[in-house]
Amino acid sequence: MKIPILYNLRSLKERPASTLTTAAGMALVVAVFVAMMALANGFRSALMKSGSPNNAMVLRKGANAEMYSGIARSTASTIAGMPFVARGTDNQPLSSPEVFVVINLDRLTGGLANLVVRGVSPRAMQVRQGFEIIAGRELQPGASEILVGEKIVDRFANTGIGDKLSFGGRAWTVVGHFSAQGSAFESEIWAENEQVMPVFRGEVFQSVTFRMADPGSFEGVKQQLEEDPRLFVDVFRENEFYQNQSVILTQILNFIAIFIAGVMAIGAVFGAINTMYAAVSSRAPEIAVLLTLGFKPGNVLSSFLIEAVAIALLGGIVGCVLTLPINGLVTSTTNWNSFSEIAFAFRVTPGLLVSGLVFAALMGFVGGFFPALRAARQPVVVALRQG
Amino acid sequence: MKFMRLIWVNLLRNKRRTLLTVLSVTVALFLFTTLRSVVTALDAVSEVGSEARLITRSATGITFALPQSYLERLRAQEGVQSVSWANWFGGIYVNESNFFAQLAIDHETYLAMYPEMAIPDDQRQAFLNERTAVLVGRGLMERFGWTLGQNVTLQGTIFPGDWDFTIRAVYVPDDPSFGDQLFFFHYDYLYEGVNGNIIPGWYVIQLNDPGAAPAAIDRIDRMFENSSSPTKTETEKAFNASFVTMWGNIGFLVKAIGTAVFFAILLVAANTMMMAGRERIGENAVLKTLGFQDGLLFRLVLVESVLITLLGGALGVFASKLAFGPGNPVSSFIQGFEVAWSTVILGLVMATLLGMISGIVPAWQAMKLPVVQALRRVA
Amino acid sequence: MALVEIQELTKVFYRDSQKIPVFDGVNLEMEQGEFLSLMGPSGSGKSTLLHLLAGLDKPTSGMIFVGGAHVTGMKRKELAAWRAQHIGFVFQFYNLLPVLTAFQNVELPLLLTSLSGRERREHVMMALDVVGLNDRSDHYPRQLSGGQEQRVGIARAIVSDPTIILADEPTGDLDAKSADEILELLKRLNEELNKTILLVTHDAHAAEKAHAVMHLDKGVLSR
Repeated sequence: MKIPILYNLRSLKERPASTLTTAAGMALVVAVFVAMMALANGFRSALMKSGSPNNAMVLRKGANAEMYSGIARSTASTIAGMPFVARGTDNQPLSSPEVFVVINLDRLTGGLANLVVRGVSPRAMQVRQGFEIIAGRELQPGASEILVGEKIVDRFANTGIGDKLSFGGRAWTVVGHFSAQGSAFESEIWAENEQVMPVFRGEVFQSVTFRMADPGSFEGVKQQLEEDPRLFVDVFRENEFYQNQSVILTQILNFIAIFIAGVMAIGAVFGAINTMYAAVSSRAPEIAVLLTLGFKPGNVLSSFLIEAVAIALLGGIVGCVLTLPINGLVTSTTNWNSFSEIAFAFRVTPGLLVSGLVFAALMGFVGGFFPALRAARQPVVVALRQG
Repeated sequence: MKFMRLIWVNLLRNKRRTLLTVLSVTVALFLFTTLRSVVTALDAVSEVGSEARLITRSATGITFALPQSYLERLRAQEGVQSVSWANWFGGIYVNESNFFAQLAIDHETYLAMYPEMAIPDDQRQAFLNERTAVLVGRGLMERFGWTLGQNVTLQGTIFPGDWDFTIRAVYVPDDPSFGDQLFFFHYDYLYEGVNGNIIPGWYVIQLNDPGAAPAAIDRIDRMFENSSSPTKTETEKAFNASFVTMWGNIGFLVKAIGTAVFFAILLVAANTMMMAGRERIGENAVLKTLGFQDGLLFRLVLVESVLITLLGGALGVFASKLAFGPGNPVSSFIQGFEVAWSTVILGLVMATLLGMISGIVPAWQAMKLPVVQALRRVA
Repeated sequence: MALVEIQELTKVFYRDSQKIPVFDGVNLEMEQGEFLSLMGPSGSGKSTLLHLLAGLDKPTSGMIFVGGAHVTGMKRKELAAWRAQHIGFVFQFYNLLPVLTAFQNVELPLLLTSLSGRERREHVMMALDVVGLNDRSDHYPRQLSGGQEQRVGIARAIVSDPTIILADEPTGDLDAKSADEILELLKRLNEELNKTILLVTHDAHAAEKAHAVMHLDKGVLSR
């Protein structure tokens, strides 16, 4: 026979101050936990979405970032002509040799940012998937025009359609904005590669990205290109390349999230323990009565555990609700791997909210365990006399 | 204070509750202090750097190099004592997670400009005289367990291939925020290795007089304004500060979390004090009957509350200071990361504030307690 | 003026909007060295009278003078200070602080004075000696019997040499033997040390230990 949960829930109402302060403490811990994981989530997902497993990316051998790489025109054409490169509907190779530079612009919110300017081939948006012009139009070849990624618009000056942005000694007209499924590309400025090259890089591309005719054959493609003595290149799956770029920062963010939430949880659990011990001792007579009525110590144990978990879950729900407004909030930092600005949005997912609740329940369980044990082990006679 | 015994026995009344509360505060203040140190360390990095040294880099971006010809034109500027230059090497030591900054410098002029790096004379000479020599910060030596005279190989990324070096000198910075994990080698070595296909990354200019900086900055940037590589010149301080801003809005994030932590613990401490207060209603009534003033009871509760939080706070703050002593892992990302004494004091002040706020309601209740009703309840 | 003068004392309680009169126009005088008991049914206001005398409560109208001091005219802060010096209170349930030893409990009123630690010690040991408990000074209340606890309570009440001792049902929670000891102690305090005592009780046997017995019933005080 189980002790009715209603008893526990009513008891919570009897001590509103203690219940609420404990729950509020839990709420804050859960809120911080969910918020930090949402930050890490947002960053990771921006980089996970960057690049496709169907594309291969070629850099100069030894370069671990696009910025350090250099690929000659001849190399780029050789690669484009290879049989494993997929072809478009016009039977032209789906290959985009690209120029990659990082310029410095001031953020409107203050501080310096390293923005990526990517000089792309006209086929870039076809090679990559999931790109969409959300305002304005595509680039016209031969013009000093740029497309601005969604995450840059409004965060930097002169990024509206028709505005002129100056860098590299030239004024570039913004002709369009693009979105790329929340990936890192949304923090970039795109221009035509032939326009960017002479301004910055002489006659060298930084990368060649192409769609594989058979994505399953990546290993073979990699081997062939890397062993070719004419070429001197490294080959990556496009999405894996970007994921690797996020290694340091993801590690930092995850560590910080766990460290902070863990430490706060310890504090909150101690608070819960205090609350539950006080609850148990003030309700000693009631517990004695329950035991006298025939409820087993095991029932008393689970009863108090449920109560502790209930308080924690109450806090957990409030905490989760508190984090909802930050979902979609855009923030940015510098990805030190690629030495470029990456803007990403906090991502609060249902899964994350559930883990927040689970975290809360766990805190309640740990906090309530020893007090519940004491309640269960209480000698009946003592308690009755106290009453 | 003769009432200390009374306060003390009250604290010991429920040892478990007091201990858990103290530990909660410890844990929260540990976190608070550590987080705040991130902000102060980044601020300190922004403060490092001389006002009399300027950095001239490409206006387009830090990653763009400048023509070699600029050297003489910069040297010829009035008020300029000396000009040196450096390049970011960006190599990998063993694997990518062993990150540290490597700079190729014009060794003679550069070292002369940075008295902040304390180097034993014999080591300084050895470094200057040998082409493949490396000057390394003490923190880096400790981190990898290197010894003087050891060979170190870096895999180039910007400059491909394997590059061999020999450690000939170790420096100790006089300001930890300068960073003790830097790796300096000869620009000439790099130049040879890439067959002359390299130009200076940025120039460092030592002025005779820091007051001349604003004028010099203006002159230099205007001089190169319409050339193929326009420049952006700023004081070294400003240059360092802009690097810090690349992290993004860390300050806001840290403040937000710090606030959440403070309030979470405030709730725990307040709950404890309230529970204690509820238990002592009868006793407080008796004390008032004996003639204890309302104001006295108020103060006694408040002191009790502050003792708990101050004790917990002190433990947490000093634990943080000890945990992040010299050479701690965070200092590889953030130069000179440590817990400053000003942060320690701030932590103790926060702990005291915590005690006062969490105790205020029970203290007020004790003060306002209507004696007669309370006595009735006891009976 | 008598040591204690109560003039036209009226007390009315308000619960919600109901008026509950306790007593109306009560008068009383006590001389120095008197031992008076006050009897009456429960709810008759005996404890209330003690509270008013001690300045713990304010009357609806009327005046109280103790040792020449105008109690009913004093402000809260003054009252607390005055009470510490002039009133010794003995409770039915002893009301010792469980976290303090017997010594420390008796010392409490002295903490409010400017006596030095050594001086306080002297007074406490003297008080404990009078009640016959100086060998138990470092025991905690839970280590004492009911009678012993009350003796500590009495020691606490006399330690600052108050003008008057107010005892609210001091034997109400004790067995017959301990109750007798306590009453004998009070009598001794009165006879040997000339303490003025007002004892409130519903036990006629206890009341008879005093010089005189008064009755409080339906708000009327009578000898």
